[in-house]
Amino acid sequence: MSHADEAARAAERVARESYGRLVAFLAARTRDVAGAEDALGEAFAAALRLWPRDGVPDNPDAWLLTVARRRQTDSLRRRQTRHAGEDHLQLIADEIEAAAEDGDALPDRRLSLMFACAHPAIERGMRAPLILQTILGLTAIDIAAAFLIPPATMGQRLVRAKARIREAGIPFAVPDKEELPGRLEAVLDAIYAAYTKGWNELGEAATPELADEAIWLARLVASLLPEEPEAKGMLSLMLYTTSRNPARRGPGGAFVPLDQQDTALWERELIVLAESLLREASAAGPSGRYQLEAAIQSAHVARRLGGANTWPAIVALYDHLLRLTNSPVIVLNRAVAIAELEGPEVALAAIAPLAEDRRMADYQPYWAARGHLMARAGRKDEAHEAFSVAIGLTTDPAVRHYLQGQLARLADG
Amino acid sequence: MRYMMLIHHDEAALAAAPQKELWADYAAFNEALAKAGLSGGERLEPSAKSTIVRTGDGRAEILDGPYADTREQFAGYFFVDVPSLEEAVAWARRCPSSRFGTIEVRPVHEPRPGN
Repeated sequence: MSHADEAARAAERVARESYGRLVAFLAARTRDVAGAEDALGEAFAAALRLWPRDGVPDNPDAWLLTVARRRQTDSLRRRQTRHAGEDHLQLIADEIEAAAEDGDALPDRRLSLMFACAHPAIERGMRAPLILQTILGLTAIDIAAAFLIPPATMGQRLVRAKARIREAGIPFAVPDKEELPGRLEAVLDAIYAAYTKGWNELGEAATPELADEAIWLARLVASLLPEEPEAKGMLSLMLYTTSRNPARRGPGGAFVPLDQQDTALWERELIVLAESLLREASAAGPSGRYQLEAAIQSAHVARRLGGANTWPAIVALYDHLLRLTNSPVIVLNRAVAIAELEGPEVALAAIAPLAEDRRMADYQPYWAARGHLMARAGRKDEAHEAFSVAIGLTTDPAVRHYLQGQLARLADG
Repeated sequence: MRYMMLIHHDEAALAAAPQKELWADYAAFNEALAKAGLSGGERLEPSAKSTIVRTGDGRAEILDGPYADTREQFAGYFFVDVPSLEEAVAWARRCPSSRFGTIEVRPVHEPRPGN
Protein backbone atom coordinates (compact mmCIF):
# COMPACT_ATOMS: atom_id res chain seq x y z
CA MET A 1 0.00 0.00 0.00
CA SER A 2 1.39 3.41 -0.93
CA HIS A 3 1.63 6.27 1.52
CA ALA A 4 -1.26 8.10 -0.15
CA ASP A 5 -3.42 4.94 -0.06
CA GLU A 6 -2.66 4.52 3.62
CA ALA A 7 -3.64 8.10 4.35
CA ALA A 8 -6.84 7.69 2.36
CA ARG A 9 -7.67 4.46 4.20
CA ALA A 10 -7.01 6.16 7.56
CA ALA A 11 -9.35 9.01 6.61
CA GLU A 12 -12.02 6.50 5.59
CA ARG A 13 -11.54 4.77 8.96
CA VAL A 14 -12.17 8.02 10.85
CA ALA A 15 -15.27 8.70 8.75
CA ARG A 16 -16.68 5.23 9.51
CA GLU A 17 -15.80 5.60 13.19
CA SER A 18 -17.58 8.91 13.48
CA TYR A 19 -20.56 7.87 11.38
CA GLY A 20 -21.06 4.66 13.38
CA ARG A 21 -20.92 6.56 16.66
CA LEU A 22 -23.48 9.15 15.49
CA VAL A 23 -25.84 6.52 14.03
CA ALA A 24 -25.60 4.45 17.20
CA PHE A 25 -26.24 7.48 19.38
CA LEU A 26 -29.34 8.46 17.41
CA ALA A 27 -30.68 4.94 17.04
CA ALA A 28 -30.30 4.28 20.77
CA ARG A 29 -32.43 7.35 21.46
CA THR A 30 -35.05 6.96 18.74
CA ARG A 31 -34.98 3.20 17.97
CA ASP A 32 -35.14 4.34 14.39
CA VAL A 33 -32.02 2.87 12.76
CA ALA A 34 -33.12 3.62 9.20
CA GLY A 35 -34.01 7.21 10.16
CA ALA A 36 -30.61 7.72 11.78
CA GLU A 37 -28.90 6.41 8.64
CA ASP A 38 -31.05 8.64 6.43
CA ALA A 39 -30.25 11.73 8.47
CA LEU A 40 -26.49 11.17 8.24
CA GLY A 41 -26.12 9.23 4.98
CA GLU A 42 -25.43 12.11 2.61
CA ALA A 43 -22.96 13.75 4.96
CA PHE A 44 -21.15 10.43 5.39
CA ALA A 45 -20.93 9.94 1.62
CA ALA A 46 -19.43 13.43 1.36
CA ALA A 47 -16.91 12.59 4.10
CA LEU A 48 -15.85 9.40 2.30
CA ARG A 49 -15.31 11.49 -0.82
CA LEU A 50 -13.61 14.56 0.70
CA TRP A 51 -11.60 13.45 3.73
CA PRO A 52 -9.20 11.10 1.93
CA ARG A 53 -8.42 14.00 -0.45
CA ASP A 54 -8.50 17.07 1.82
CA GLY A 55 -7.61 15.50 5.15
CA VAL A 56 -9.69 14.71 8.22
CA PRO A 57 -11.33 17.72 9.93
CA ASP A 58 -10.38 18.57 13.54
CA ASN A 59 -13.77 17.51 14.85
CA PRO A 60 -15.15 14.76 12.59
CA ASP A 61 -18.44 14.40 14.51
CA ALA A 62 -19.18 18.12 14.28
CA TRP A 63 -18.27 18.18 10.57
CA LEU A 64 -20.66 15.31 9.77
CA LEU A 65 -23.41 16.89 11.80
CA THR A 66 -23.01 20.34 10.23
CA VAL A 67 -23.09 18.93 6.71
CA ALA A 68 -26.05 16.69 7.57
CA ARG A 69 -28.03 19.66 8.91
CA ARG A 70 -27.21 21.83 5.92
CA ARG A 71 -28.39 19.09 3.54
CA GLN A 72 -31.52 18.65 5.60
CA THR A 73 -32.32 22.37 5.46
CA ASP A 74 -31.77 22.39 1.70
CA SER A 75 -34.07 19.46 1.13
CA LEU A 76 -36.72 20.96 3.43
CA ARG A 77 -36.67 24.17 1.43
CA ARG A 78 -37.09 22.19 -1.75
CA ARG A 79 -39.89 19.97 -0.56
CA GLN A 80 -41.53 22.18 2.05
CA THR A 81 -42.20 19.17 4.23
CA ARG A 82 -41.10 18.36 7.71
CA HIS A 83 -38.76 15.49 8.09
CA ALA A 84 -38.08 13.28 11.08
CA GLY A 85 -34.37 13.61 10.32
CA GLU A 86 -34.46 17.24 11.45
CA ASP A 87 -35.44 16.23 14.99
CA HIS A 88 -32.80 13.50 14.96
CA LEU A 89 -30.10 15.98 14.06
CA GLN A 90 -31.27 18.58 16.57
CA LEU A 91 -31.15 15.92 19.29
CA ILE A 92 -27.59 14.94 18.54
CA ALA A 93 -26.47 18.58 18.14
CA ASP A 94 -27.77 19.40 21.62
CA GLU A 95 -26.03 16.37 23.04
CA ILE A 96 -22.70 17.19 21.39
CA GLU A 97 -22.94 20.76 22.71
CA ALA A 98 -23.73 19.56 26.24
CA ALA A 99 -20.87 17.07 26.10
CA ALA A 100 -18.46 19.77 24.89
CA GLU A 101 -19.45 22.08 27.77
CA ASP A 102 -18.71 19.35 30.29
CA GLY A 103 -15.50 18.46 28.49
CA ASP A 104 -16.80 14.95 27.68
CA ALA A 105 -17.02 13.05 24.43
CA LEU A 106 -20.32 11.97 22.93
CA PRO A 107 -21.32 8.73 24.71
CA ASP A 108 -20.40 5.68 22.62
CA ARG A 109 -23.55 3.60 22.04
CA ARG A 110 -22.09 1.35 19.35
CA LEU A 111 -22.00 -1.63 21.67
CA SER A 112 -25.72 -1.19 22.43
CA LEU A 113 -26.44 -0.98 18.72
CA MET A 114 -24.47 -4.19 18.10
CA PHE A 115 -26.50 -5.98 20.76
CA ALA A 116 -29.70 -4.75 19.08
CA CYS A 117 -28.47 -5.98 15.66
CA ALA A 118 -27.58 -9.41 17.08
CA HIS A 119 -30.76 -9.74 19.14
CA PRO A 120 -32.41 -13.20 19.12
CA ALA A 121 -35.45 -11.66 17.36
CA ILE A 122 -33.24 -10.85 14.34
CA GLU A 123 -32.72 -13.65 11.86
CA ARG A 124 -29.25 -15.15 12.43
CA GLY A 125 -28.04 -14.64 8.87
CA MET A 126 -28.92 -10.93 8.94
CA ARG A 127 -27.02 -10.04 12.13
CA ALA A 128 -23.61 -9.62 10.49
CA PRO A 129 -24.96 -7.58 7.54
CA LEU A 130 -26.83 -5.30 9.96
CA ILE A 131 -23.72 -4.68 12.06
CA LEU A 132 -21.62 -4.01 8.96
CA GLN A 133 -24.15 -1.48 7.72
CA THR A 134 -25.01 0.36 10.93
CA ILE A 135 -21.61 0.41 12.67
CA LEU A 136 -19.33 0.69 9.64
CA GLY A 137 -21.63 2.35 7.13
CA LEU A 138 -21.06 -0.30 4.43
CA THR A 139 -23.60 -0.07 1.61
CA ALA A 140 -26.12 -2.80 0.82
CA ILE A 141 -24.25 -3.25 -2.47
CA ASP A 142 -20.91 -3.90 -0.71
CA ILE A 143 -22.53 -6.25 1.81
CA ALA A 144 -24.41 -8.11 -0.93
CA ALA A 145 -21.16 -8.61 -2.83
CA ALA A 146 -19.47 -9.99 0.29
CA PHE A 147 -22.36 -12.30 1.19
CA LEU A 148 -22.91 -13.38 -2.42
CA ILE A 149 -26.54 -12.50 -2.85
CA PRO A 150 -28.14 -9.98 -5.23
CA PRO A 151 -27.95 -6.32 -4.08
CA ALA A 152 -31.73 -5.70 -4.23
CA THR A 153 -32.39 -8.82 -2.13
CA MET A 154 -29.84 -7.72 0.47
CA GLY A 155 -31.31 -4.21 0.48
CA GLN A 156 -34.82 -5.54 1.15
CA ARG A 157 -33.59 -7.83 3.92
CA LEU A 158 -31.74 -4.97 5.63
CA VAL A 159 -34.82 -2.74 5.47
CA ARG A 160 -36.98 -5.54 6.94
CA ALA A 161 -34.48 -6.25 9.71
CA LYS A 162 -34.36 -2.57 10.73
CA ALA A 163 -38.16 -2.40 10.76
CA ARG A 164 -38.11 -5.50 12.95
CA ILE A 165 -35.80 -3.77 15.46
CA ARG A 166 -38.35 -1.01 15.86
CA GLU A 167 -41.52 -3.12 15.75
CA ALA A 168 -40.28 -5.81 18.12
CA GLY A 169 -39.18 -3.14 20.59
CA ILE A 170 -35.66 -4.52 20.69
CA PRO A 171 -33.75 -2.70 23.43
CA PHE A 172 -30.62 -0.70 22.66
CA ALA A 173 -28.66 -1.70 25.71
CA VAL A 174 -25.80 -3.86 26.87
CA PRO A 175 -27.52 -6.82 28.58
CA ASP A 176 -27.07 -7.24 32.32
CA LYS A 177 -24.65 -9.70 33.85
CA GLU A 178 -26.84 -12.83 33.78
CA GLU A 179 -27.86 -12.35 30.18
CA LEU A 180 -24.56 -11.06 28.86
CA PRO A 181 -22.66 -14.26 27.98
CA GLY A 182 -25.35 -15.68 25.68
CA ARG A 183 -26.10 -12.36 24.03
CA LEU A 184 -22.41 -11.53 23.59
CA GLU A 185 -21.94 -14.87 21.87
CA ALA A 186 -24.46 -13.79 19.20
CA VAL A 187 -22.57 -10.51 18.64
CA LEU A 188 -19.25 -12.34 18.39
CA ASP A 189 -20.70 -15.01 16.09
CA ALA A 190 -22.00 -12.32 13.72
CA ILE A 191 -18.61 -10.60 13.57
CA TYR A 192 -16.82 -13.93 13.17
CA ALA A 193 -19.19 -14.88 10.32
CA ALA A 194 -18.14 -11.70 8.50
CA TYR A 195 -14.48 -12.54 9.18
CA THR A 196 -14.66 -16.09 7.80
CA LYS A 197 -16.51 -14.85 4.71
CA GLY A 198 -13.61 -12.50 4.04
CA TRP A 199 -10.95 -15.04 4.99
CA ASN A 200 -12.30 -17.90 2.90
CA GLU A 201 -12.78 -15.86 -0.23
CA LEU A 202 -9.08 -15.14 -0.53
CA GLY A 203 -9.04 -15.38 -4.29
CA GLU A 204 -12.23 -13.42 -4.86
CA ALA A 205 -12.20 -9.75 -5.75
CA ALA A 206 -15.48 -8.95 -4.02
CA THR A 207 -14.33 -9.24 -0.42
CA PRO A 208 -10.72 -8.10 0.00
CA GLU A 209 -11.46 -5.90 2.99
CA LEU A 210 -14.24 -7.73 4.80
CA ALA A 211 -11.85 -9.66 7.06
CA ASP A 212 -10.13 -6.37 7.99
CA GLU A 213 -13.46 -4.76 8.81
CA ALA A 214 -14.40 -7.74 10.98
CA ILE A 215 -11.09 -7.51 12.85
CA TRP A 216 -11.75 -3.84 13.39
CA LEU A 217 -15.18 -4.68 14.86
CA ALA A 218 -13.61 -7.37 17.06
CA ARG A 219 -11.10 -4.83 18.39
CA LEU A 220 -13.97 -2.43 19.08
CA VAL A 221 -15.93 -5.04 21.07
CA ALA A 222 -12.82 -6.15 22.98
CA SER A 223 -12.02 -2.53 23.87
CA LEU A 224 -15.60 -1.70 24.90
CA LEU A 225 -15.94 -4.92 26.97
CA PRO A 226 -12.43 -5.33 28.41
CA GLU A 227 -13.68 -7.72 31.12
CA GLU A 228 -15.01 -10.31 28.65
CA PRO A 229 -12.49 -13.06 27.88
CA GLU A 230 -14.39 -14.41 24.86
CA ALA A 231 -14.16 -11.05 23.04
CA LYS A 232 -10.37 -11.18 23.47
CA GLY A 233 -10.36 -14.87 22.54
CA MET A 234 -12.12 -14.18 19.25
CA LEU A 235 -9.81 -11.30 18.36
CA SER A 236 -6.84 -13.53 19.18
CA LEU A 237 -8.19 -16.30 16.93
CA MET A 238 -8.66 -13.85 14.05
CA LEU A 239 -5.14 -12.47 14.44
CA TYR A 240 -3.59 -15.96 14.47
CA THR A 241 -5.25 -16.94 11.21
CA THR A 242 -4.63 -13.54 9.62
CA SER A 243 -0.92 -13.81 10.45
CA ARG A 244 -0.70 -16.69 7.96
CA ASN A 245 -2.26 -14.80 5.04
CA PRO A 246 1.04 -14.08 3.24
CA ALA A 247 1.88 -17.82 3.30
CA ARG A 248 -1.46 -19.22 2.12
CA ARG A 249 -0.68 -18.85 -1.59
CA GLY A 250 2.55 -19.87 -3.29
CA PRO A 251 4.06 -18.92 -6.66
CA GLY A 252 1.38 -18.43 -9.31
CA GLY A 253 -1.30 -18.20 -6.61
CA ALA A 254 -1.14 -21.93 -5.73
CA PHE A 255 -2.87 -23.08 -2.56
CA VAL A 256 -0.45 -23.98 0.26
CA PRO A 257 -1.78 -26.12 3.17
CA LEU A 258 -0.84 -25.13 6.73
CA ASP A 259 1.86 -27.77 7.18
CA GLN A 260 3.67 -26.74 4.00
CA GLN A 261 3.54 -22.99 4.61
CA ASP A 262 6.79 -21.07 4.81
CA THR A 263 6.63 -19.87 8.41
CA ALA A 264 9.11 -17.09 7.61
CA LEU A 265 6.19 -15.43 5.82
CA TRP A 266 3.91 -15.50 8.89
CA GLU A 267 3.38 -12.05 10.37
CA ARG A 268 5.18 -12.21 13.72
CA GLU A 269 3.70 -8.97 15.06
CA LEU A 270 0.18 -10.36 14.74
CA ILE A 271 1.22 -13.65 16.38
CA VAL A 272 2.74 -11.79 19.34
CA LEU A 273 -0.44 -9.75 19.71
CA ALA A 274 -2.61 -12.88 19.43
CA GLU A 275 -0.54 -14.65 22.10
CA SER A 276 -0.83 -11.79 24.54
CA LEU A 277 -4.60 -11.46 23.99
CA LEU A 278 -5.01 -15.19 24.55
CA ARG A 279 -3.00 -15.00 27.79
CA GLU A 280 -5.15 -12.12 29.02
CA ALA A 281 -8.31 -14.01 28.08
CA SER A 282 -7.24 -17.21 29.84
CA ALA A 283 -6.30 -15.27 32.96
CA ALA A 284 -9.69 -13.53 33.01
CA GLY A 285 -12.06 -16.44 33.09
CA PRO A 286 -13.43 -19.76 31.89
CA SER A 287 -12.62 -20.93 28.39
CA GLY A 288 -15.29 -20.45 25.77
CA ARG A 289 -15.36 -21.52 22.16
CA TYR A 290 -13.23 -18.70 20.79
CA GLN A 291 -10.54 -19.01 23.47
CA LEU A 292 -10.27 -22.75 22.78
CA GLU A 293 -9.99 -22.21 19.04
CA ALA A 294 -7.36 -19.52 19.61
CA ALA A 295 -5.48 -21.94 21.89
CA ILE A 296 -5.51 -24.52 19.06
CA GLN A 297 -3.98 -21.94 16.74
CA SER A 298 -1.39 -21.17 19.40
CA ALA A 299 -0.52 -24.87 19.53
CA HIS A 300 -0.09 -24.94 15.73
CA VAL A 301 2.26 -21.96 16.02
CA ALA A 302 4.30 -23.73 18.73
CA ARG A 303 4.41 -26.85 16.54
CA ARG A 304 5.50 -25.13 13.35
CA LEU A 305 7.75 -22.44 14.86
CA GLY A 306 9.08 -24.22 17.94
CA GLY A 307 9.13 -27.78 16.58
CA ALA A 308 7.24 -29.08 19.62
CA ASN A 309 4.84 -32.00 19.21
CA THR A 310 1.66 -30.24 20.27
CA TRP A 311 -0.76 -32.70 18.62
CA PRO A 312 -1.80 -34.23 22.00
CA ALA A 313 -2.64 -30.73 23.27
CA ILE A 314 -4.56 -29.99 20.07
CA VAL A 315 -6.65 -33.16 20.41
CA ALA A 316 -7.33 -32.34 24.08
CA LEU A 317 -8.49 -28.84 23.13
CA TYR A 318 -10.80 -30.29 20.46
CA ASP A 319 -12.21 -32.72 23.05
CA HIS A 320 -13.05 -29.74 25.22
CA LEU A 321 -14.60 -27.85 22.27
CA LEU A 322 -16.66 -30.87 21.32
CA ARG A 323 -18.18 -31.05 24.81
CA LEU A 324 -19.02 -27.35 24.47
CA THR A 325 -20.51 -27.28 20.97
CA ASN A 326 -21.21 -30.81 19.75
CA SER A 327 -20.60 -29.55 16.20
CA PRO A 328 -19.85 -31.86 13.24
CA VAL A 329 -17.19 -29.37 12.10
CA ILE A 330 -15.33 -29.91 15.40
CA VAL A 331 -15.68 -33.70 15.03
CA LEU A 332 -14.04 -33.35 11.62
CA ASN A 333 -11.18 -31.08 12.75
CA ARG A 334 -10.55 -33.24 15.79
CA ALA A 335 -10.29 -36.31 13.55
CA VAL A 336 -7.67 -34.61 11.38
CA ALA A 337 -5.59 -34.00 14.53
CA ILE A 338 -6.15 -37.59 15.70
CA ALA A 339 -4.73 -38.87 12.42
CA GLU A 340 -1.41 -37.26 13.39
CA LEU A 341 -1.34 -39.18 16.67
CA GLU A 342 -3.03 -42.49 15.96
CA GLY A 343 -3.08 -42.80 12.19
CA PRO A 344 -5.69 -42.40 9.47
CA GLU A 345 -7.85 -45.47 10.31
CA VAL A 346 -8.61 -44.21 13.82
CA ALA A 347 -9.41 -40.79 12.34
CA LEU A 348 -11.70 -42.36 9.72
CA ALA A 349 -13.54 -44.24 12.48
CA ALA A 350 -13.99 -40.90 14.28
CA ILE A 351 -15.64 -39.29 11.24
CA ALA A 352 -17.73 -42.35 10.30
CA PRO A 353 -20.89 -40.92 11.96
CA LEU A 354 -20.59 -37.78 9.79
CA ALA A 355 -21.39 -39.80 6.66
CA GLU A 356 -25.02 -39.84 7.86
CA ASP A 357 -25.06 -36.10 8.64
CA ARG A 358 -26.96 -34.19 5.93
CA ARG A 359 -25.06 -31.01 6.82
CA MET A 360 -21.83 -32.63 5.61
CA ALA A 361 -23.20 -33.58 2.18
CA ASP A 362 -22.21 -30.25 0.60
CA TYR A 363 -19.54 -29.23 3.13
CA GLN A 364 -16.34 -29.04 1.08
CA PRO A 365 -13.86 -29.37 4.01
CA TYR A 366 -15.47 -32.69 5.00
CA TRP A 367 -14.90 -34.25 1.58
CA ALA A 368 -11.38 -32.82 1.25
CA ALA A 369 -10.36 -34.13 4.71
CA ARG A 370 -12.01 -37.47 4.01
CA GLY A 371 -10.05 -37.71 0.76
CA HIS A 372 -6.75 -37.04 2.54
CA LEU A 373 -7.46 -39.58 5.28
CA MET A 374 -8.56 -42.26 2.79
CA ALA A 375 -5.45 -41.64 0.68
CA ARG A 376 -3.20 -41.95 3.73
CA ALA A 377 -4.97 -45.18 4.66
CA GLY A 378 -4.33 -46.52 1.15
CA ARG A 379 -8.06 -46.77 0.38
CA LYS A 380 -7.72 -45.42 -3.15
CA ASP A 381 -11.27 -45.84 -4.46
CA GLU A 382 -12.81 -44.10 -1.50
CA ALA A 383 -10.13 -41.39 -1.65
CA HIS A 384 -10.92 -40.90 -5.35
CA GLU A 385 -14.62 -40.51 -4.66
CA ALA A 386 -14.08 -38.07 -1.77
CA PHE A 387 -11.60 -35.90 -3.70
CA SER A 388 -14.00 -35.82 -6.68
CA VAL A 389 -16.88 -34.58 -4.54
CA ALA A 390 -14.55 -32.04 -2.87
CA ILE A 391 -13.50 -30.74 -6.31
CA GLY A 392 -17.16 -30.49 -7.34
CA LEU A 393 -17.89 -28.39 -4.23
CA THR A 394 -14.89 -26.07 -4.53
CA THR A 395 -15.31 -22.54 -5.87
CA ASP A 396 -11.75 -21.29 -5.25
CA PRO A 397 -9.65 -22.12 -8.37
CA ALA A 398 -6.41 -22.44 -6.31
CA VAL A 399 -7.97 -25.00 -3.97
CA ARG A 400 -9.55 -26.86 -6.89
CA HIS A 401 -6.20 -27.08 -8.62
CA TYR A 402 -4.57 -28.39 -5.43
CA LEU A 403 -7.24 -31.10 -5.04
CA GLN A 404 -6.90 -32.09 -8.70
CA GLY A 405 -3.19 -32.62 -7.94
CA GLN A 406 -4.09 -34.87 -4.97
CA LEU A 407 -6.44 -36.86 -7.20
CA ALA A 408 -3.74 -37.29 -9.87
CA ARG A 409 -1.26 -38.49 -7.22
CA LEU A 410 -3.65 -41.32 -6.30
CA ALA A 411 -3.44 -42.67 -9.82
CA ASP A 412 0.38 -42.32 -9.91
CA GLY A 413 1.16 -43.77 -6.48
CA MET B 1 -37.29 -23.75 -2.44
CA ARG B 2 -36.87 -25.36 -5.83
CA TYR B 3 -34.70 -23.51 -8.30
CA MET B 4 -34.08 -24.25 -11.94
CA MET B 5 -30.50 -23.46 -12.80
CA LEU B 6 -30.43 -22.32 -16.41
CA ILE B 7 -27.03 -22.55 -18.03
CA HIS B 8 -26.09 -20.03 -20.71
CA HIS B 9 -22.78 -20.72 -22.41
CA ASP B 10 -20.40 -18.62 -24.37
CA GLU B 11 -20.07 -21.44 -26.91
CA ALA B 12 -16.76 -20.12 -28.29
CA ALA B 13 -15.16 -19.87 -24.81
CA LEU B 14 -16.40 -23.36 -23.97
CA ALA B 15 -15.00 -24.83 -27.18
CA ALA B 16 -11.63 -23.17 -26.49
CA ALA B 17 -11.37 -24.65 -22.97
CA PRO B 18 -9.27 -27.79 -22.32
CA GLN B 19 -11.98 -30.43 -22.86
CA LYS B 20 -10.58 -33.26 -20.74
CA GLU B 21 -10.26 -31.06 -17.62
CA LEU B 22 -13.62 -29.42 -18.25
CA TRP B 23 -15.54 -32.68 -18.39
CA ALA B 24 -13.59 -34.10 -15.44
CA ASP B 25 -14.69 -31.03 -13.46
CA TYR B 26 -18.24 -31.61 -14.66
CA ALA B 27 -18.13 -35.23 -13.51
CA ALA B 28 -16.93 -34.06 -10.09
CA PHE B 29 -19.68 -31.44 -9.95
CA ASN B 30 -22.36 -34.03 -10.81
CA GLU B 31 -20.96 -36.37 -8.16
CA ALA B 32 -21.21 -33.58 -5.57
CA LEU B 33 -24.79 -32.81 -6.65
CA ALA B 34 -25.73 -36.47 -6.35
CA LYS B 35 -24.13 -36.77 -2.89
CA ALA B 36 -26.23 -33.81 -1.76
CA GLY B 37 -29.32 -35.64 -3.03
CA LEU B 38 -29.93 -33.18 -5.86
CA SER B 39 -30.88 -34.13 -9.37
CA GLY B 40 -28.55 -33.92 -12.30
CA GLY B 41 -29.75 -31.97 -15.31
CA GLU B 42 -29.46 -32.20 -19.05
CA ARG B 43 -26.92 -30.85 -21.45
CA LEU B 44 -28.31 -29.57 -24.75
CA GLU B 45 -26.83 -29.75 -28.25
CA PRO B 46 -25.33 -26.45 -29.55
CA SER B 47 -27.79 -23.65 -30.29
CA ALA B 48 -27.22 -23.93 -34.06
CA LYS B 49 -29.08 -27.26 -33.94
CA SER B 50 -32.28 -25.75 -32.57
CA THR B 51 -35.49 -25.16 -34.51
CA ILE B 52 -37.73 -22.19 -33.85
CA VAL B 53 -41.53 -22.53 -34.03
CA ARG B 54 -44.10 -19.71 -33.80
CA THR B 55 -47.84 -19.72 -34.52
CA GLY B 56 -48.55 -16.16 -33.36
CA ASP B 57 -50.76 -14.85 -36.16
CA GLY B 58 -52.49 -18.16 -36.83
CA ARG B 59 -49.79 -19.19 -39.26
CA ALA B 60 -46.97 -21.57 -38.48
CA GLU B 61 -43.50 -20.09 -38.90
CA ILE B 62 -40.62 -22.57 -38.72
CA LEU B 63 -37.05 -21.23 -38.64
CA ASP B 64 -33.51 -22.45 -38.06
CA GLY B 65 -31.92 -21.65 -34.69
CA PRO B 66 -30.36 -20.17 -32.76
CA TYR B 67 -33.32 -18.54 -31.07
CA ALA B 68 -31.50 -15.34 -30.12
CA ASP B 69 -28.46 -13.74 -31.70
CA THR B 70 -26.50 -13.34 -28.46
CA ARG B 71 -22.99 -14.21 -27.34
CA GLU B 72 -24.33 -16.60 -24.69
CA GLN B 73 -26.77 -19.34 -25.58
CA PHE B 74 -29.04 -21.51 -23.47
CA ALA B 75 -27.11 -24.76 -23.07
CA GLY B 76 -28.69 -26.87 -20.33
CA TYR B 77 -30.13 -26.93 -16.85
CA PHE B 78 -30.24 -28.65 -13.49
CA PHE B 79 -32.47 -28.37 -10.45
CA VAL B 80 -31.64 -27.74 -6.81
CA ASP B 81 -34.04 -27.96 -3.88
CA VAL B 82 -32.49 -25.93 -1.05
CA PRO B 83 -33.68 -23.85 1.92
CA SER B 84 -32.52 -20.47 0.63
CA LEU B 85 -31.26 -18.42 -2.30
CA GLU B 86 -27.76 -18.43 -0.72
CA GLU B 87 -27.47 -22.20 -1.16
CA ALA B 88 -28.76 -22.02 -4.73
CA VAL B 89 -26.15 -19.35 -5.50
CA ALA B 90 -23.47 -21.55 -3.92
CA TRP B 91 -24.40 -24.38 -6.32
CA ALA B 92 -24.38 -21.98 -9.26
CA ARG B 93 -20.85 -20.88 -8.35
CA ARG B 94 -19.70 -24.50 -8.12
CA CYS B 95 -21.08 -25.37 -11.57
CA PRO B 96 -18.16 -25.46 -14.06
CA SER B 97 -20.37 -23.71 -16.64
CA SER B 98 -20.27 -20.56 -14.51
CA ARG B 99 -16.68 -20.15 -15.75
CA PHE B 100 -17.82 -20.19 -19.40
CA GLY B 101 -20.97 -18.13 -19.25
CA THR B 102 -23.85 -17.44 -16.92
CA ILE B 103 -26.00 -19.47 -14.57
CA GLU B 104 -29.51 -18.08 -14.15
CA VAL B 105 -30.95 -19.06 -10.76
CA ARG B 106 -34.71 -19.07 -11.21
CA PRO B 107 -37.28 -20.10 -8.58
CA VAL B 108 -39.77 -22.71 -9.78
CA HIS B 109 -43.35 -21.47 -9.52
CA GLU B 110 -45.11 -23.40 -6.80
CA PRO B 111 -48.91 -23.14 -7.18
CA ARG B 112 -50.48 -22.20 -3.87
CA PRO B 113 -53.23 -24.51 -2.59
CA GLY B 114 -56.60 -23.32 -3.85
CA ASN B 115 -55.24 -21.68 -6.99
